Amino acid sequence: MKTFLRSLLLLCLAAAPLALRAENLAITGDTIYPMSGPALHHGVVLVRDGKIEAIGTADTVKIPADYRVLQAAVVTPGLIDAHATVGLSGLLNQPQDQDMWEKSSPIQPELRAIDAYNARDPLVAWVRSFGVTTVNTGHAPTALISGQTMIVKTLGRETDEDVVNPAAMTSVTLGANGLNAPDGSPGSASKSPGTRAKAVALLRAELIKAQEYAHKREGKDEAKRPGRDLRLETMLRGLDGTQPFLVTVNRQQDIVAALRLAKEFKLKLILDGCADAPLVLNEIKASGFPVVVHPTMQRSYQDMENLSVETAGKLHAAGIPIALQSSYESYVPKTRVVLLEAAVAAANGLGFEPALASITIDAAKLLGIADHTGSLEKGKDADLALYDGDPFEYTSHCTGTIINGQVFADGPH
Amino acid sequence: MSYRPLFGMVLWLGLALGLGAQEKPQVFTGAQIIPIAGEPIAHGVLVVQGGKILAVGEVGQVTLPAGAEIHDVTGKVLMPGLIDSHSHVGSGSGGDGSGPIQPDARVLDSLDVRDASIQKARAGGITSVNVMPGSGHLISGQTLYLKLRTARTIDDLLIKLPDGTNAGGLKMANGTNSIKTAPFPGTRAKSAALVREQYIKAQEYRDKIARAKGDPDKLPPRDLGLEELVEILDGKRIVQNHTHRHDDILTVLRLSKEFGFKVVLHHVSEGWKVADEIAAAQVPCSVIMVDSPGGKLETRDADWRTPAILEKAGVLVGFHTDDPICDSRRFLRSAGLAVRAGMTRKGALEGVTIANAKILGLDGRTGSLAAGKDADFIVLSADPLSVYTHVEQTWVEGQKVFDLTNPQDHLYAVGGVGAGDSRRAQLCCFTSAWDLIMSANEGNQ
Repeated sequence: MKTFLRSLLLLCLAAAPLALRAENLAITGDTIYPMSGPALHHGVVLVRDGKIEAIGTADTVKIPADYRVLQAAVVTPGLIDAHATVGLSGLLNQPQDQDMWEKSSPIQPELRAIDAYNARDPLVAWVRSFGVTTVNTGHAPTALISGQTMIVKTLGRETDEDVVNPAAMTSVTLGANGLNAPDGSPGSASKSPGTRAKAVALLRAELIKAQEYAHKREGKDEAKRPGRDLRLETMLRGLDGTQPFLVTVNRQQDIVAALRLAKEFKLKLILDGCADAPLVLNEIKASGFPVVVHPTMQRSYQDMENLSVETAGKLHAAGIPIALQSSYESYVPKTRVVLLEAAVAAANGLGFEPALASITIDAAKLLGIADHTGSLEKGKDADLALYDGDPFEYTSHCTGTIINGQVFADGPH
Repeated sequence: MSYRPLFGMVLWLGLALGLGAQEKPQVFTGAQIIPIAGEPIAHGVLVVQGGKILAVGEVGQVTLPAGAEIHDVTGKVLMPGLIDSHSHVGSGSGGDGSGPIQPDARVLDSLDVRDASIQKARAGGITSVNVMPGSGHLISGQTLYLKLRTARTIDDLLIKLPDGTNAGGLKMANGTNSIKTAPFPGTRAKSAALVREQYIKAQEYRDKIARAKGDPDKLPPRDLGLEELVEILDGKRIVQNHTHRHDDILTVLRLSKEFGFKVVLHHVSEGWKVADEIAAAQVPCSVIMVDSPGGKLETRDADWRTPAILEKAGVLVGFHTDDPICDSRRFLRSAGLAVRAGMTRKGALEGVTIANAKILGLDGRTGSLAAGKDADFIVLSADPLSVYTHVEQTWVEGQKVFDLTNPQDHLYAVGGVGAGDSRRAQLCCFTSAWDLIMSANEGNQ
C-alpha cells in the first residue's frame, strides 16, 4: 500500500508540471487570423497537450466540456520577434545585466547566446505581455562579429527548457556600429576595424581562414589535422549555411558590400536593418536574401539616418521576404516591442495582413521554425496571442499570451 | 539656375508687401472638430483670420465672413495644435561641464531653427514646444517656449510675454543624471543642498536689490544666474524639473515649498507611487511614455498607468516627447498608450494640448479651439488616437507650416534619404553651392 501510494505520488509529481504547462484549451475569437489561410469569423482553436488540436469556425469545431474556454475579440498566432537582444540586454542597464556586447575583441563568433540569456529578465515578460511568444535573441549588432543568436520561447523558465534553436545565427555588423569598439583603450586590439574597408578585409580573412581550417580538418594524415577551434567552427557553420550570418547593414554601400561578400564566399545571408534598402531594392531582390527590417520607430541618426517608416512596405511591395524586429537599444526604451513596430509599419504602407505576417508566419519562415509555430494550424505548437481589438491600435490590449499551451496573463498591455 | 536670384527678390518683395495687409479670413468646414474647450462637434466649422480664431461651431450655425477662403475638410478631424512640454528639437544646449548650477545658460543662444528635428515636430502636429537643455545638471539653463512658425532665425519662433521678455522656464534635474564626478554632486543629499544654497543666495540677492531702492551705489553687481533665479522666486518663470524616483519627486516638492517656486514635474516614472502627495501639492506633471520600463535604475518601475493614476488623483497631466527619446512625429501615440493604460480619452487629449498649455502658462493663447485664441490647429485623416491616423496639415497662427501632400514635408513625415538634412535656407537671394548639390541629388532619386 505504502509503495502504491508512493508510486501514485511520484506519478502525480511527474504529471504535475505537464498539467500546469499544458491545459486543454478552447480559444474563441470574433476574428482569428490563422496566417495559414483567410481570417475566420467566430472561430475556435482547440489546444491539447501544448499543441493545436483543431481550428475552424464555431459551427464546425465542437468544444469538449472539460476544456478551459478563453475568449478574445482577435486571436493571432503568438508573435515572433526576428531579431532582439532581450534576455541579454537586461532591464536595469547596469554592467551586471548587459551581456549583449563583449568588448574585448571585434571578432568573437564563438560567443553563444545560450550562455548569456536570462530567461527571467523582466523585459522577457514585458514583450510576452504584448503577445510575443518567440524571439531570435542574442549578441547585439555592436561589433564586426559580436556572437551568436538563439531562438527561444518567452516562457521565462530556464534557457535550456525554453530554447528552440540554441545556435540560430551569427551576428555580423558592417558600417558604423561594427567599427572600432568605442571604449577600447588606445592601442588595444579593438582599435581595429576603424574603417569600412578594414572591416570587410578582416571579415574576408576570417572566412578564408575558416575555409582553410575545414580543408585541413579533412586532411588524410590525422596527426596533421588542426585541433578544434570554436571560432572557426562557427564561421564554418556560416559558410555551409547551417547557422547563417545575420548581417546588420544600413548604409547602401554596406548593403552592397554584404552582397559582394556573399557572392565571393557563396553565403546565404539574412540581411538586417537595411535603412537604405529603397536605394538598392533591385540588388537586394536579385540576391534572394530575406530582410529583417529595422524597427519602424528606430531613431534616425548615423547609419540609420535615412530610415523610413515606409521601408518595410517598400521591401514587401518589391517581393522581398521580410520580418520585423525590436533590434537593440543601448538606452531607453531598453527593448522595443515588435507588435508596436509592426503597428506603425502597418499604418505606413505595409498594410494590416503583411504587417501581421511579418511578426508571425513570415518571421517563422525566415527563422526556419515555420514547421512548428508562426501560424495556427493543427499539430503546431499552441502559441497564440489574444487581443480585445485590432492588435495594432494604440488603445487595444493583449489580454493573454499562450505558449506551448501555457496561458500567461502578464498584462493587460 | 540663373533665374533663382531674381525669383528670390520677387519673394522678398511679395513678403514685404504682404506685411501689414489684413489677410483673407479662412474657413475650414466639414471636419469633426475636437475643440478640447467643449464637446466634439460632428460637422464643424473653424474660422480664422489674422492668426486668430474668429469662431468655432457647427456647420450652419456659424456666420461665415464674406470673401473667405474655404477649405473643405469633410471627413477629416480637426483639433488644436499639439503642445510638447519637454523636447530637445533644434539641437539646443544649456550649461557645460564646468559645474552643476548654470541658470545663466540660455537655449535661446544655441538653437538651430533649420534643424530637421523642428520640421519633424511640425510633421507630428506640434505647434508649440518647450525646448529644454539637458538633465545632466541640477540647473542646466533657461528653456524656451516656441511657436513652430516658419522660421529663418530663432526670433521668428519666440513667444513674447506682455513685459517683452521671451516665454520660457528653468530646467532643473535631480536623481542620477546630475550626479557625477566633482564639481558635480556625488549624492542625492548633496544635490539638494547645492540647490538650496543657490536659492538662498538668490533670496539674499533679491533682498539686496530691494534694500538698494534703486540706488546704484547700493545695488549688488549683476549676476546673470541669480537674476534668473530671482525670476523663479518671484513666480515669473516656472521650474521644469526632471525627476524619476518617488523620493526624488518628493524632494522637488519639498524644495518648491521651501522657496515658494512654481514647478512642473517631468518624466515622473514613479509618480504612481506618490500620486496623492503630488496632487496635494497641486503640482502638474509632464509624463513620458517609453516603450518599455528600465534602461536605467531610476526608471525600473516606470509604468504606463502613471498618467491614469495621476489623473485619478486630480493631478494636471501633460505628455512630452523628450525628443529624441520619443519621436515628435508620433506624439499623439503617447496619448493613445495612456488611454490603453486606463487614462480617460478626454484627459489624454488634454494632455497633448490644453494641459501642456497650462503647464507652460500659455493656455490664454493656445491649447484649445476657441474664439480669440491663436489659430494653432491640425488636420488629421481620422481619430487622433488611432495608429492608422496621419497628420495631414499643421497650422500655426493661421499659417500652414506642414502639408503631407507636399513632397518635402512628406519626406520629413515618413523619413528617407534627405529627411535628416536641415531645412534649406528659404527666401534667400542667392543659390548656395549646397542648394545646387541638393537639387542635383533630388534629380537622381
